[in-house]
Amino acid sequence: MPAQLFEERIEGEEKIEPRDWMPEEYRRTLIRQISQHAHSEIVGMLPEGNWVTRAPSLKRKAILLAKIQDEAGHGLYLYAACETLGVSREDLLSELHSGKAKYSSIFNYPALSWADMGAIGWLVDGAAIMNQIPLCRTSYGPYARAMVRICKEESFHQRQGYEIMLTLSRGTEVQKQMAQDALNRWWWPSLMMFGPGDADSVHSLQNLRWKIKRFSNDELRQRFVDMTVPQAELLGLNIPDPLLRWNPDRNHYDFGPIDWDEFWNVVRGNGPCNRERLHDRVNAHEEGAWVRDAAIAHAIKQRNRQAPVAS
Amino acid sequence: MSMGNEQLEYALHLADNALILGQRLGEWCGHGPVLEQDIAMTNIALDYIGRARLLYQYAAGMCAPESTEDQLAFMRNEWEYRNVLLAEQPNGDFAQTVARQFYIEAFQIDYLKALQQSGDATFSAIAEKSIKETAYHFKWASEWVIRLGDGTDVSHRKMQDALETLWPYTGELFREAPYESWMRKNLNGPDLAALYTAWSARLQPVFTLAGLELPAGQWMQEGGKTGRHTEHMGYLLAEMQFMQRAYPGLEW
Amino acid sequence: MKDWPLYEVFIRSRSGLNHKHVGSLHAADPQMAIEHARDVYTRRMEGVSIWVVESSRLHASDPTENDAFFEPSQDKIYRHPTFYDLPDEVKHM
Repeated sequence: MPAQLFEERIEGEEKIEPRDWMPEEYRRTLIRQISQHAHSEIVGMLPEGNWVTRAPSLKRKAILLAKIQDEAGHGLYLYAACETLGVSREDLLSELHSGKAKYSSIFNYPALSWADMGAIGWLVDGAAIMNQIPLCRTSYGPYARAMVRICKEESFHQRQGYEIMLTLSRGTEVQKQMAQDALNRWWWPSLMMFGPGDADSVHSLQNLRWKIKRFSNDELRQRFVDMTVPQAELLGLNIPDPLLRWNPDRNHYDFGPIDWDEFWNVVRGNGPCNRERLHDRVNAHEEGAWVRDAAIAHAIKQRNRQAPVAS
Repeated sequence: MSMGNEQLEYALHLADNALILGQRLGEWCGHGPVLEQDIAMTNIALDYIGRARLLYQYAAGMCAPESTEDQLAFMRNEWEYRNVLLAEQPNGDFAQTVARQFYIEAFQIDYLKALQQSGDATFSAIAEKSIKETAYHFKWASEWVIRLGDGTDVSHRKMQDALETLWPYTGELFREAPYESWMRKNLNGPDLAALYTAWSARLQPVFTLAGLELPAGQWMQEGGKTGRHTEHMGYLLAEMQFMQRAYPGLEW
Repeated sequence: MKDWPLYEVFIRSRSGLNHKHVGSLHAADPQMAIEHARDVYTRRMEGVSIWVVESSRLHASDPTENDAFFEPSQDKIYRHPTFYDLPDEVKHM
């Protein structure tokens, strides 16, 4: 009976809220997806965080700080959405820190030059936005609301990245090289961000049916390529794919095969920065433990000091 | 930078303080003890970077016509930076960052109020804007001093250590550099020595609530205001100036 | 040691409007929760006033009782102004 009602509500585009009945598998899927998304935001702060202290101008330093700060905020909104499903942030973080939980593999690639700040904003945030906009209509209320907020804030992220690329591509030869090199390194990992092809995606179908996801991985990936190729042309940069060409029959760009071995290898922990990223997160958390403990100890002492008066 | 222009040097002193503090706080970005505090510290960093920009823009206007905020921020030599030594001290652990901000924000509240009364309209306007930011920063820092001082044995010890470590750098806040006396005499700039009492009065209640001891050391370090910095400054600048030094004169 | 408790955050976006639930966050005490809310939820001038309440202190209706709770009001359409047919000549009512 509740199961049927649940399916009807999903069918009728009605949102599911935290205290509503939901199938256990729906809850588990949401926890997995939302927490992965939250972890990605938090780990995603690290490659860019590398360049805060080296940003080439005061304006860029401020923009970069504000952008990374947004990512912290987005992680926070998403952890909070996840907590409505009955798991604590502390539990979710333990899963991240133990290596059990996944996050977007893209952040296991290194940010080597200033142009990477441009490429990350343009491509990585661009791909993320493709994924995220449909999620504003996802069936779980708190997740959808978090995504609305995130998409609204995220709108400057991609633009600032593209603006960096634009400045570089109109600059000196060295700046152009920097931009091209960043595009070369970030292009394929960005395409991988949409996840395995529909034929190989384990979770896709059920997630679409429950309206947790709204479009398939391959649909979104194609949309991303179609949108990005003309943007690269405008920059005068070459997308590192010899098979990339416009297909008038499909009305889409065809593109070369994705190296899924590389993808799975990075997912399994063998990307260039997997260890560093996880180490940074674990370290920040462990070194912050005494601070968090102190704050709660002080709060308890305060309450006890006030208690006799209040009662 | 042309020396002998006290007003310019004064602007750079204020700008450098803001930039170096912003740079240090920015180092926390992504590494804070808890997500919410990561966001809080970045907010403070952004206030400082914003303040630095206003001041460098003002300073650039006093220099040669082609001077820019970024040239002043990134292309000077270490001995030309006029920030106080306290600003450049490393973040250390969270307690040390809190201690640095606590000392400096407590000072700035009354300092900025005095600067607002100065005869320089730009300094006065920037001070007016900064007072609001500083009130919040001071609240943030003092609440953490209290939390850490009162919290656990570990946090109490770390907070006391941090306050002791940075104490010798507080004296410089009240030692007048030549451009500061010029500012005081000619443009009604803040009288540093007169601010000491107000500063102590801001520290005292926080120390009491935190159950911490006010450091007693008398010997004070100084030099930053006139360009003699600690060893930390070279590394900070090497990192901060890297892009502008490696690729001078480009748009980013 | 215990984790920082969860707080629900309500923001008044400008004076004259209700506080609206915007999300949640963790803090060790209520004062910290207000400051976190300021830093997290009003970075883009979204608010002029903040309320926080510890999530565990919030009491909510039970969704399994929704029928009993909310349906009885559905057939009382006479509570709505559009229920009443008045001639067009009656203005301003």
